[in-house]
Amino acid sequence: MLNYTAPSTVEEAIRILAEAPGTARVLSGGTDLLVQLRSGRVKPGLIVDIKRIPGISGIREVNGGFVIGASTPGAVIGECEALRRAWPGLVEAANLIGSTQVQGRASLAGNLCNASPAADSVPALIAARATCVVAGPKGRREVPVESIATGPGRTSLSPGEFIVEFYLPKRPPRSADAYIRFIPRTEMDIAVVGAAVSLTLDANGACADAQVVLGAVAPTAIIVPEAAAALVGRKLDETALARLDQAARLACKPIEDKRGTIEYRTKVAGVLARRTATIAYERAGERR
Amino acid sequence: MSKHHISTIVNGEPTEFLCEPQLTLLDVLRDELHLTGSKEGCSSGDCGACSVTIDGRLVCSCLMLAVEAEGHKIETIEGMARGHDLHPLQRKFLEHAALQCGFCTPGLLVAAKALLDRNPNPTETEARYWLAGNLCRCTGYDKVIRAVLDAAAELRAQRV
Repeated sequence: MLNYTAPSTVEEAIRILAEAPGTARVLSGGTDLLVQLRSGRVKPGLIVDIKRIPGISGIREVNGGFVIGASTPGAVIGECEALRRAWPGLVEAANLIGSTQVQGRASLAGNLCNASPAADSVPALIAARATCVVAGPKGRREVPVESIATGPGRTSLSPGEFIVEFYLPKRPPRSADAYIRFIPRTEMDIAVVGAAVSLTLDANGACADAQVVLGAVAPTAIIVPEAAAALVGRKLDETALARLDQAARLACKPIEDKRGTIEYRTKVAGVLARRTATIAYERAGERR
Repeated sequence: MSKHHISTIVNGEPTEFLCEPQLTLLDVLRDELHLTGSKEGCSSGDCGACSVTIDGRLVCSCLMLAVEAEGHKIETIEGMARGHDLHPLQRKFLEHAALQCGFCTPGLLVAAKALLDRNPNPTETEARYWLAGNLCRCTGYDKVIRAVLDAAAELRAQRV
């Protein structure tokens, strides 16, 4: 038996989740949850729809950064000009999730908490050093996005906790990000490998700061510090790219399935890291 | 199991219904409101045959609970023609023979209208990407895309 409730405040949602007998599930865009309900993979007693909470959907600029509400649909993220200018890689990653129809509902919080290793927006959020605000019975805590997913379908959220919003920090000058995934077709598929790179250049065009994150090559999206180190202090010459490529390949611990062998995924991770870094570098260079 | 009383506006008409929480919007549209134009193809958001708009935003009605519709405006394929006057997209689908079995057609029309409402002059590439979530297993899409672009041209000419 399933019940549904749509609280109008975060506090009310926390109270309902704490008092819910059996398993309760938080509903945002529902593009994963409804499929799981239908297949019987999850059998909650209560659905807590958080979309009636004011501010849970929408984007606002704060102190030069951006706050993105947990339930903001991908389509709304794609329509935000200021966000596209500051974080083009995050926006392109979020907009790769599913079809136009799925974009009408799918959210960053859902993509993160569904905890698929191949989630497109997650590497981009981590590369951006995004944080999220988690609300629960013990109050609110702000944590890095990479601390949420712990394995396929598993998160670090305690019972009764849910994500309220994401925070993207202010960008220094000459900064940009990019995300690319590889799929065997052009649209509507799940990443074989995903790569996100966020860069800040110094006045001479060398990388002053870099963050490289890979998706779909490990149980969760992974930060590759060695790949970032290959870029820092250098312009994007062939030596830097070759080191980046090697570091990305060494970090891979992929599974072997119908989408690709271990060898193939590992090779593609290096290639995508190169391509993504090149795009981020070109974008950053245009922002003098 | 308690039923929820839901108030919506469907194709411009205030519409109320009672529903159990596990029902999708597609279930209610078809079985309760008898608006059977929206089709159930996959029930997993892959095929787009159940496409509707909620407050102007294109969604799969199979991926939304009916209870979530409270207070929202829903547009379905049944609201597209004005009486016996077909929408230009519907006419162009007929003229270009952009369908065979017709199962995907309502979803394609609703999705194409959502595109033209936002972008009156899409490129072929834009139209193909926008409609990538509407699967057709008969025609192969070429006639669909021609019909959409032709309808867009006619709608632009009408506006001038």
